[in-house]
Amino acid sequence: MDDIQTRLQKSSRATRQDYFGKVICYSCIGLIILLVACILYFIASKGLATFTKNGVNFWNFLTQSDWKPGDVDKYGNPQVGALPMIVTSFSVTILAALLATPFAIGTAIFMTEIANKRGAKFLQPVIELLVGIPSVVYGFIGLSLIVPFIRGIFGGTGFGILSGTLVLFVMVLPTITSLSVDSLKSVPMHYRQASLALGATRWQTIYKVILKAAAPGLLTAVIFGMARAFGEALAVQMVIGNAILMPKNLISPASTLTSKLTTEIGNTVMGTLPNNALWSLALVLLFMSLLFNLIVRFIGRRGNIKNER
Amino acid sequence: MKTYDFNQQYISKIEQEVALSTENVQVHYGKSHAIFDASLDFPRFQITSLIGASGSGKSTYLRCLNRMNDRIAQVDGKILYRNTDINSKTINVYEVRRHIGMVFQRPNPFAKSIRENILFALKNNGINDKKELQERLETSLRDAALWDEVKDDLDKSALALSGGQQQRLCIARSIAMHPDILLLDEPASALDPISTSKIEETLKLLSKSYTIIIVTHNMQQASRISDYTAFFHMGHIIEYNQTKNIFTAPEIKATEDYISGDFG
Amino acid sequence: MNAKKSDKLATGMIYGLVGIVVSILVALLGYILYNGVPDINWHFLTSEAQSFSAGGGVRDQLFNSLYLLVLALIISFPIALGAGIYLSEYAKDNWVTDIIRTSIEVLSSLPSVVVGLFGYLLLVIQLNMGFSILAGAIALTFFNLPLLTRNIEESLRSVPDLQREAGTSLGLSGWKTITKIILPMALPGILTGLILCSGRIFGEAAALIYTAGQSAPSVDYGNWNLFTETSFLNPMRPAETLAVHIWKVNTESVTPDSSAISSASSAVLIIVILIFNLGARYLGNKLFKKMTASK
Ligand SMILES: Nc1ncnc2c1ncn2[C@@H]1O[C@H](COP(=O)(O)OP(=O)(O)O)[C@@H](O)[C@H]1O
Ligand SMILES: [Mg+2]
Repeated sequence: MDDIQTRLQKSSRATRQDYFGKVICYSCIGLIILLVACILYFIASKGLATFTKNGVNFWNFLTQSDWKPGDVDKYGNPQVGALPMIVTSFSVTILAALLATPFAIGTAIFMTEIANKRGAKFLQPVIELLVGIPSVVYGFIGLSLIVPFIRGIFGGTGFGILSGTLVLFVMVLPTITSLSVDSLKSVPMHYRQASLALGATRWQTIYKVILKAAAPGLLTAVIFGMARAFGEALAVQMVIGNAILMPKNLISPASTLTSKLTTEIGNTVMGTLPNNALWSLALVLLFMSLLFNLIVRFIGRRGNIKNER
Repeated sequence: MKTYDFNQQYISKIEQEVALSTENVQVHYGKSHAIFDASLDFPRFQITSLIGASGSGKSTYLRCLNRMNDRIAQVDGKILYRNTDINSKTINVYEVRRHIGMVFQRPNPFAKSIRENILFALKNNGINDKKELQERLETSLRDAALWDEVKDDLDKSALALSGGQQQRLCIARSIAMHPDILLLDEPASALDPISTSKIEETLKLLSKSYTIIIVTHNMQQASRISDYTAFFHMGHIIEYNQTKNIFTAPEIKATEDYISGDFG
Repeated sequence: MNAKKSDKLATGMIYGLVGIVVSILVALLGYILYNGVPDINWHFLTSEAQSFSAGGGVRDQLFNSLYLLVLALIISFPIALGAGIYLSEYAKDNWVTDIIRTSIEVLSSLPSVVVGLFGYLLLVIQLNMGFSILAGAIALTFFNLPLLTRNIEESLRSVPDLQREAGTSLGLSGWKTITKIILPMALPGILTGLILCSGRIFGEAAALIYTAGQSAPSVDYGNWNLFTETSFLNPMRPAETLAVHIWKVNTESVTPDSSAISSASSAVLIIVILIFNLGARYLGNKLFKKMTASK
């Protein structure tokens, strides 16, 4: 056997390098998977302890509105009703998304279909910058502009769902806009040309062709905006008022899941019911985040099927 | 499209020393069967062309020869190099590719200087002697007929070269490794006629010391530069013979139709 | 209504919407900068925060933010790089990869409070780190990993396969091809992403209030021994960042000039993030040009 022949059969430096690289990369990815598994496990086990260890009724947790985890009611049951927080969280999220969507999609249409290059070129980086503005800054602006404004118009404290909604509206606006722009841009140019060539006006083209083709992407953008709003903590906490009451109207102080968590988790003792109850709120947040994820996937898959046809 | 009988084959025996041969090579891309029973011997220090219509499997076959299909396709059969089946699982593929180099259809120099393009792989193979590196740099660029054009710009980015120069740089990069065999997949198809003829001259010169296997869909090119030619059709090798025989007196009807342009 | 009229009407409406959005954006940025910038001065940036009297600065908070950012990047970048390489180079198209991608998506969509609370539970309580810079940096890593990984994966993918084949066909190992050929070509994209992630980390507060803590003990900026209690580099001390500071003075503090401090701090945050944004663009373009040898 000549030299080359033996070398063909043996492992070499390159073989070892490849092995080394694989070990590194597999470990990194393994670490991330482990992390995600840990997060799910820890929060689920803590959050479920309220029901398994402390014997709180899961249905009551979702439907009752008295949140006094330290006390018991007249039947001796702990009072862990998360309904006010759940209702408030959903209210601010849905209202903010409803408010932001027309503005965001309008702006996205403007940037992709109407504005000349310069207009779009100016708006794009501004929107991107706004996506990156920290939530505490939004919260601070809410506190110093929106809350006094609401107080001036409607009286009361100014804290509440309406202020929270407005802050979240401003926060999710750039998020939804920038994702909508991506989705509109991905509509092939020949769709527009074909429609215009058939004599359709620009608006008909936008409305009947472009928005239709981009619908799954736009929906995804809105869902992402809602996910951001639902999970936002500090900005909302600063303007919502943090009262654990069933919200009676849009301008009375209330509390979202996230705001409750941020204000209370430091004031409770690990392992006690008041603490576990807060982890149950975190579990609801986690569940909703998974649900938003699932919806986005579902839309993505539907979108693909539609485009294949 | 005319249909031809794949069983009608003419594969001539090679009398000279053989540098590389394949036995019953089959390639599958997932479920689709791309190469059927390919058995060829490649003579040493000769140029062999692989010709055939687009999609006939030339690239697929060529890429098997230095295991470039490893992650893309399922390759069965034997590929013999120095009495070793290099298609076996236990073979060190990096070593295979050091001895069987490849040049691709589109020039793909690294985003590094001209010098580093040639030397990078050498250094990684443990050649650190300054003199030897300089020596290889110069000879490989000379052999690829590029030295005179770049000798003053060795530290400039290779991406600043023209397409033809880039392709010759890729050839130089391969031969700097001192391979036995050089595989080229339509190396001139993306180039202008002048660059093309430069590359053809280069290959002619290289064939004195390298075994060259080149895929081309340009029949003039095949007849100009190669000693042997294999004709591929729908994943089958239909005819393999000395180039002059293939182009003057093909044995199989399909080959004749293809080279006369009366095909498909 | 005919088509022409509705076209005009719709266009008008869109202009209206855009007008409102632009005025909101302008008002927002204008308000922060107009109110904040006049209060930014050398004293503000270099003196300690005050709890009960006016005239405090944000020296420690600013330093803590930067220190946390650097630590978080040091921890998260290598992991994200390995994971990104795995996804772009090694991952096969099968269910394992599906699970991996789903996990990364889940991680990236988790609200930052949830990530922060998990960090609190695991790092501060279980691993007994206490409120500390290290716990904060690791929590930021959790929060940063998915984005950075995806960015690195995409940057690597954008390098043409031809380059991989060039490396492989020369007998280089896959690892050498990736690290020495593909990675340098992907660098402009990776750096741009890294800087944008930095902006996100710099402004993050929710993940930090229960990991890095909400207090900024005074430290000795001359003490470089990071294992001593008073060193400014001590990773085991609690550290309130600029973003947390804004939240804190607005919700719990009794500082008389909290509004001025918040606007100035917000302006600092935004300016830093603006610099990151512009820097990312500039550097990305420049590197890309250098790489492709175009002028
Ligand atoms: N990566 C691939 N995956 C799946 N099928 C492929 C791939 N590459 C080539 N093929 C198929 O294999 C057949 C042969 O292709 P190829 O070898 O590229 O032909 P040629 O080089 O002769 O033009 C074609 O039908 C082509 O579609
Ligand atoms: Mg081909």
